Amino acid sequence: MRRSMLFIPGNNPSMIQNAPILGADSIILDLEDAVSIDEKDSARFLVRNALLELDFNGCEKVVRINSINTELGYEDIDVIAKVKPDALLVPKATEDAIKEIDELISTIEGEEGFKLGSIKLIPLIETAFGVEDVFNIVKSSKRVAAVLLGAEDLTADMEIKRTKEGEEIFYARSRIVSACKALKVDAIDTPFTDINDFEGLKRDCQRAKLIGMTGKAAVNPRQIDTINEVFSPSMEDIEWAKRVIAAYDEAQREGKGVFSLDGKMVDAPVLARAKNVLEKAKAIGLIKE
Amino acid sequence: MKITKPAKAGTMESNDIYIMVYPNEKGNEIQLDSIVLKQFGKQIEKVIMDTLKELEVENALVVAKDRGALDYTIRARVETAIKRAMK
Repeated sequence: MRRSMLFIPGNNPSMIQNAPILGADSIILDLEDAVSIDEKDSARFLVRNALLELDFNGCEKVVRINSINTELGYEDIDVIAKVKPDALLVPKATEDAIKEIDELISTIEGEEGFKLGSIKLIPLIETAFGVEDVFNIVKSSKRVAAVLLGAEDLTADMEIKRTKEGEEIFYARSRIVSACKALKVDAIDTPFTDINDFEGLKRDCQRAKLIGMTGKAAVNPRQIDTINEVFSPSMEDIEWAKRVIAAYDEAQREGKGVFSLDGKMVDAPVLARAKNVLEKAKAIGLIKE
Repeated sequence: MKITKPAKAGTMESNDIYIMVYPNEKGNEIQLDSIVLKQFGKQIEKVIMDTLKELEVENALVVAKDRGALDYTIRARVETAIKRAMK
């Protein structure tokens, strides 16, 4: 479950050790943009030690590495993969980069005695080329568990203005969602960068959810509750899903293939949606069974 | 192993530790200043000394200004400073 993925600067001990109690489903320890070039070595050792020694309270542990277009990315992989994070977030991901990182991690997993494939990859799609190639990027490694849209870099690459309304990223969001759904991985939406506009954040989450995004990155702990709320099934959704399943069970007993609920036909896609809602609710702990 | 030049790592921010290392002919030595010196001074010195041993360093004067760092941070900052001092 990746409703909220919180970015934490990789060279800040205070923020790293407080991160696990903030309510995010995933913590992204950032070795890339949040760390100045002179402190890359320092952040890498700090994040490695944090992964080894801190209790992350059940949060998914993700590390954003530097690009493998520079030596920094290789050094990150060499140090971080050895302490088995749950996933690496790969900036400006391409098919070639994902394939190469997959191979590097496989070697480390073999050397360290980790289960092959246990370290996942999350490509960060933040270029026009990445958007157009996202299906192939996801398909290029079985390690890919989710895709994160990075709209700030993407709009810079597209030479267009980034707005709060986000109309300019509708195509990128849709294309990513479609590829992710087709290949059964999570689609994580770009962060909302105005950390004081909670109404704007909520609308942005709703827009993303409406077209199929399954979670959203956060750049401030105060954004987590809103993101979690929007990307969790509502109590109304859960009640509806329970009624669909109950009606289905009854129809089965009566030997009916298709049945109706509240005057609307319930068929396989509706049933699948209801099951999906209940599975999510269960994973979050909103329902017990 | 011997360090060949002075180097530093860490910050003076809360929960961090600022480490400076210098080549030292008298072996490994620590000068510690900490906001929790009375409670944890010996433990912090032990973590620093153990990290020097793990890195097989024999000639470091470590000047440490602690702002309440946990062990994982102390180890990381010492390692960074030592590796910078070996470059």
